[in-house]
Amino acid sequence: MHTLIPGPFFAAARIYPLLLLALAVALLAIMPETVMAADGDPGGNSVMPWWGWSLALFAVCFLLGIVAVPAGIGGGVLFVPIVAGFFPFHLDFVRGAGLLVALASALSAGPALLRNGLSSLRLALPLALIGSISSIIGAMMGLALPTAIVQTALGITILGIVVVMATAKKSEFPAVPVADSLSTRLGMYGVFVDAASGRTVNWRLHRTPAGLALFFVIGFLAGMFGMGAGWANVPALNLVMGAPLKIAAGTSGLILSLVDSSATWIYLNQGAVLPVIAAPSVIGIMLGARIGARLLTVLNASIIRRLVITLLLFAGLRALLKGLGIWA
Amino acid sequence: MSAPAHPDPLANPPAEQGRYAAWLDATAKLGLLALAAAYLIYVFGLLESHVPLEQLSALWSHPAAAFMEQTGSPKGWEWLALLHKGDILSLLGIAILSGGSLFCLLAVIPLYAHRGETLYIVICGLQIAVLLLAASGFLTGGH
Repeated sequence: MHTLIPGPFFAAARIYPLLLLALAVALLAIMPETVMAADGDPGGNSVMPWWGWSLALFAVCFLLGIVAVPAGIGGGVLFVPIVAGFFPFHLDFVRGAGLLVALASALSAGPALLRNGLSSLRLALPLALIGSISSIIGAMMGLALPTAIVQTALGITILGIVVVMATAKKSEFPAVPVADSLSTRLGMYGVFVDAASGRTVNWRLHRTPAGLALFFVIGFLAGMFGMGAGWANVPALNLVMGAPLKIAAGTSGLILSLVDSSATWIYLNQGAVLPVIAAPSVIGIMLGARIGARLLTVLNASIIRRLVITLLLFAGLRALLKGLGIWA
Repeated sequence: MSAPAHPDPLANPPAEQGRYAAWLDATAKLGLLALAAAYLIYVFGLLESHVPLEQLSALWSHPAAAFMEQTGSPKGWEWLALLHKGDILSLLGIAILSGGSLFCLLAVIPLYAHRGETLYIVICGLQIAVLLLAASGFLTGGH
C-alpha cells in the first residue's frame, strides 16, 4: 500500500485528515448563515444557486468518504445527520439520498467480500429478509410522520449511535460453545481463514432468534432514517450471534444491500429521491472512500474514529435541536 | 424426506457466493455508470429537465409529497414514460442499483435447488417477493 503513495504525500497524509475534518466543520458551520442570508427562511430560498449546493454536497461527501473508511463505519450513517442538519434539503430527500449512499457503498464492496469468503450469503439471507420487511415499514412510517417528529427521533437515534460506537466492544473470535438449533437448521456456519494470522476458524452461531429480532429493529431504523446500518449490524452479528469480527463486518454490507434496496424503492416511488442530491452524494462518497482506503495504513484510525464520533455527536445534537425547534 | 445437503464448510466460499458476486458486480457497475452518466446529461442540460434546475433550490426544502404536487412529478412507475427528461433519466441508474439484488437472488436459486435446500429457496423467494412489493408502488407513505 505504501508504494502506491508518493513519499511527501505519505508524510503529509498524517495531518490531512485533521485538515480535512477542520475544513468540513468550517464549511458546515457557515452553511446555516449562508442559507439564512436570503430572506431568513432556512433553506427556503438560498442565495447559493443549485450548482453551488451540488458542489458543496459533493465536497462534504468526498470528505465523509475519506474519514468513513478508517473510522470503520459506512458513509451513510454520517451522511444523513450532517446533510440534514446543514443543507437546505428537506429531510425526505436527505433520507432518500442517504439510503442510496449506503446502498452504493455496500454494492461496490460486496462482490470482493463474497468471493474471498469474508461475507457469508447463508448468514446474510435470513437476517436480510427480516430487515427488508421492517425497513419497508420504517420507510413508510418515516414518510408518513410529521417531519419534526422524524427529525427529533433522528437526533435521538444518532446520539444513541454515538453511545454504541463509543462503548461497544469487539471480539475477534467470539466463543460459541454450542450452536443454536435454528442456525444449525439454516446451515449458518462456515470456515474462515484469517489472512492476518493464518488461523483457520470454524465459526458457528448462537442466539439466532435474538439476532433476527435485532435485525428487525435495525431494518426499521435504516428505512425510517435512510441510514446505513453497519454500526448496528456488526455488533449484532459479532457480539450477539457470535460471528467472527471479519465475517460480521464483511456480511454486514451484504445484509445492508438487501435491506436498503427494499427501503429505497419506497422512497423512489414516493418521489423522495432527487437526482440532484443523490448523484453527487453517491459519487462524492465513493471517490472519497477510495482515497480513504488508500490512506488506511498511514492514518491513525483511533484518532479518526474519535473525531468522527465527535462529529456525529455534534450532528446528532443539531438534528435533535432542529426537530425540537430550538435550533432551526 | 432426506435432510438438505448443506455446502461443504471447507469449500470457502460456497459456489452460490461466486454466482451472487458476479451478478452483484455487474448490476452495481451498471447502476453506478448509469447514475453518473445520466447525472452529467442532466446537469449539462443535454436533455430537457422535467423540473428546471434553476427552480430546484426553491423547491427542495419542501416535503417530497409537496414537491411532487407542485412540480407534477411522476408517481410510482410513471417515470418510465419520461425517460427523455434529464432528471427523470437519472432515476434509471437508481432503479438499477435498487433492483440489482433481484437478479442475484434469482441466479442462486438453481444452485440451492440442485442441493435440495428448500429452506433457502423459500428465503430467496420471499426476499424477491419483498423487493417486488416494495418496488411495485402499492405501498405508500407520504406526509
